[in-house]
Amino acid sequence: MTQSKPNHEAKPSVWRSLRNGLFFAIAILTIAYAFQVTGVDLEEFRKESRQQSRVRVMRALARPDVFDFDRAETTVNSPVHLPCPGGVEPQIQREESGEAYVESLSCSAAGEIITLTGYNFPPNTDVVVSFVPGNDPNSTLALTKARVKSDSQGRFTAEVELPKDRESDDVQFLRSYAYRNVGAPRWSKSALDTWDKIIETVFMAFLATLLGTILSFPLSFLAARNLMKNVRSPLTSIALNLLGWPLGIFFGFQAGKYLLGLSGSFAENAWLNAADVVIAGLLVYIGTRWSLSRGDETPSGVIQRALQELVSLAVSILAIYAFLEAGNLSMSLGSAAIEPLGAFGFVGNFLYQSGDILRTITPALAALVGGSILSSRLGRFGQSLSERLSAGAARAVNLILAAAAGGMLFVGIGQTLNWFYEIGNPFYIVILPAVLGAAGGLTLAILTKPKAALSIGLTVYYITRMIVNAVRSVEAVIMAIVFVIFVGIGPFAGVMALGLHTIASLVKLYSEQVESILAGPIEAIEATGANRLQTIIYAVIPQIIPPYISYTMYRWDINVRMSTIIGITGGGGIGFLLVQNINLLDYNAASTQMLAIAIVVSFMDYISSVMREKYV
Amino acid sequence: MLEARNITKVYEGGVQALTDVSFTVPKGQFLAVIGLSGSGKSTLLRCINRLIEPTSGQIFWNGKDITAASPEELRRIRRRIGMVFQSFNLVHRSKVLTNVLAGRLGYTNPAWSLFNRFSKADIEKAHQTLARVDIPDKADYRADELSGGQQQRVGIARALMQDPEIILADEPVASLDPALAHSIMKHLERINKEDGVTVLCSLHFLDLVHKYADRVIALNEGRLVFEGLPGEIDDKKFKEIYGRDAERVG
Ligand SMILES: Nc1ncnc2c1ncn2[C@@H]1O[C@H](COP(=O)(O)OP(=O)(O)O)[C@@H](O)[C@H]1O
Ligand SMILES: [Mg+2]
Repeated sequence: MTQSKPNHEAKPSVWRSLRNGLFFAIAILTIAYAFQVTGVDLEEFRKESRQQSRVRVMRALARPDVFDFDRAETTVNSPVHLPCPGGVEPQIQREESGEAYVESLSCSAAGEIITLTGYNFPPNTDVVVSFVPGNDPNSTLALTKARVKSDSQGRFTAEVELPKDRESDDVQFLRSYAYRNVGAPRWSKSALDTWDKIIETVFMAFLATLLGTILSFPLSFLAARNLMKNVRSPLTSIALNLLGWPLGIFFGFQAGKYLLGLSGSFAENAWLNAADVVIAGLLVYIGTRWSLSRGDETPSGVIQRALQELVSLAVSILAIYAFLEAGNLSMSLGSAAIEPLGAFGFVGNFLYQSGDILRTITPALAALVGGSILSSRLGRFGQSLSERLSAGAARAVNLILAAAAGGMLFVGIGQTLNWFYEIGNPFYIVILPAVLGAAGGLTLAILTKPKAALSIGLTVYYITRMIVNAVRSVEAVIMAIVFVIFVGIGPFAGVMALGLHTIASLVKLYSEQVESILAGPIEAIEATGANRLQTIIYAVIPQIIPPYISYTMYRWDINVRMSTIIGITGGGGIGFLLVQNINLLDYNAASTQMLAIAIVVSFMDYISSVMREKYV
Repeated sequence: MLEARNITKVYEGGVQALTDVSFTVPKGQFLAVIGLSGSGKSTLLRCINRLIEPTSGQIFWNGKDITAASPEELRRIRRRIGMVFQSFNLVHRSKVLTNVLAGRLGYTNPAWSLFNRFSKADIEKAHQTLARVDIPDKADYRADELSGGQQQRVGIARALMQDPEIILADEPVASLDPALAHSIMKHLERINKEDGVTVLCSLHFLDLVHKYADRVIALNEGRLVFEGLPGEIDDKKFKEIYGRDAERVG
């Protein structure tokens, strides 16, 4: 950095003033334009109607509807004609209800002020006098006109201005209403509703945070530059790896679906399910033990190796089957347990739903496992192929494989686009992408040295980053709109939206932590001959645990905030109730919900700051 | 026997850290690598187990070309080459025992590592190794609760767990005070003499070289400028290695 010396040869100060003036003018213009587009206008603010509703709403908000009492009520509806029917003179009339009675004029011109006098009302009590338009004395629509207090004899006088725009031939009413709370307070309906929804809100945030944390943990390593930059593979291996995915996904998915059908036919028999879980689980355990006990030396003989692969395959299939049967078992146990468990029926529901989730995601899981296993096997095969072949042969193999992989990748993209836009024309969705992809693959194979290790890690890193950044830029409230369409209105949609957003933001935060860890321990663990997985487990994870906990707490805090408003777009939680009440103009109830949100958010804020201090 | 042939390393920014370095180390020798800071000692040691990929040149070990090994072969080679670092490079938040056991990772099935499992024999061996480096009672401490000298013993124990044929020690005592330095060097000496492990150790101080090394190579700006016995470093050689202005002390 160079230090600028004070400039003694005074610059032409005219220029400086001009520049400053121009800058000032632009600033003023910008602010003026901002006023224009944001509609800054105090005229509306000063309007009387605005002022009235302001007062009404603020007062309602200041009175959250939390407690209810039993009320001893006194209501007197005095009939009034507005205006006086032709030829009739107004006269004092008396209207009774039990002990209490009110004296008032029987008719009057609109806009006049008339006096009501009440007797034998409960002493020292608020009395609300309101105008009830229409000819139904029991109508709930009443325009409050005056609030007065009865004296110690239960008398009151109220001056009431009759409305100007409610003239009618029918009789209308002036209602004098007084009540006293009797008995102990109890929670109001909106307080109880709010409590229900607050619980829902907190658990939405909890589930979203849990899901997000679990899924973003492994993903964060893919988005960490320091871990990915050393991941290199020869093209042969990358191409075979890519080709392995769709094949593996296909076989995995088919196997998963077949097993799903198979175990579906036993769905009724819980004993059989339990036996299956135990037996399959045991076989998986034995098979795994057997494979593991053989150490990590790759067996030399072909038969040995084939045996090992066969055992792994059998173990995978048995594991999927055990999974499905566990799902079955959990579903039947759960649905049987809901009734007898009574208040703890939610545990039964949890078992049932978990079983259902397990069975629903198993084919997808099997597809994923199949894809990853086949691609990693093929990738390893490609690696050893690339080591053994001569440079010329490797190039030939690369040309073929890269073209195939590129073509396949692009056809996949074409099919996806076709799904969205229904193009239909096979030239655009199969042939053109295949040709383009193959050409791309060929180009890559020609341009690179046949056995050179390409930095596939960085490619994965950039793709992961890109997706994460794109997802993160969509607010959870907006995502909820989409998920409401997927799974229906309610908290489940909110959990999905918040969970997805959590994944995107945690992957970013987590991966930044991974990027800032000490490189020394990684180097030391790598030097012992540990593979990549072991290096992550022994050198990376211990270093990132504290910041991960801290960021998870931070995210939990955010998720509670977000889940209070995600209901606005149908995502469940308390926001739903809040918006509903605002639309119904029930500001007392809305105030209850706002209060609840404030309490929960500040409580969570406190908890998370305490926890973070404790663990970091 | 370890043989380096024409090792050259150019870093990505263009820094030429090593130029055409060749030397051989017979099995069981204690070889010191000396040179000013920045002369390429760390780079040279890391090229041997390919923590840093040499730009050109080859490393032969028992007739096998390490530089041509596939990733899988490299893992198998690395697990017989222990490494000790100037800054110890322990995982601070892990227990001492876990740090020591990490030396067995190359021999452990990665699936077990997912569950942080090591065999009983490995755990037994870890305790014995800690006893061997004189800190048998520190197994359950967190690594960062130990003093510098103790941490370096853990580092040595981790390398020993690998059943190494070679130990690469990159200025293992540069962060320690002189008394501790000798105790650490004595451990390396014992491993060299008793177990017959070849040791390549970069060092700063000539007195340590005289006391522990069988043979010395010296680097200056990435070139090999001396190869011989410690006693052969006279004043003239010294100035060649450390530059004209250097003064010999001790
Ligand atoms: N990762 C790196 N990137 C670029 N240059 C490096 C890197 N590591 C070391 N160097 C440079 O290589 C030269 C040799 O460094 P090094 O091997 O650490 O020497 P020594 O261990 O003898 O102090 C120095 O000039 C150093 O700046
Ligand atoms: Mg160094």
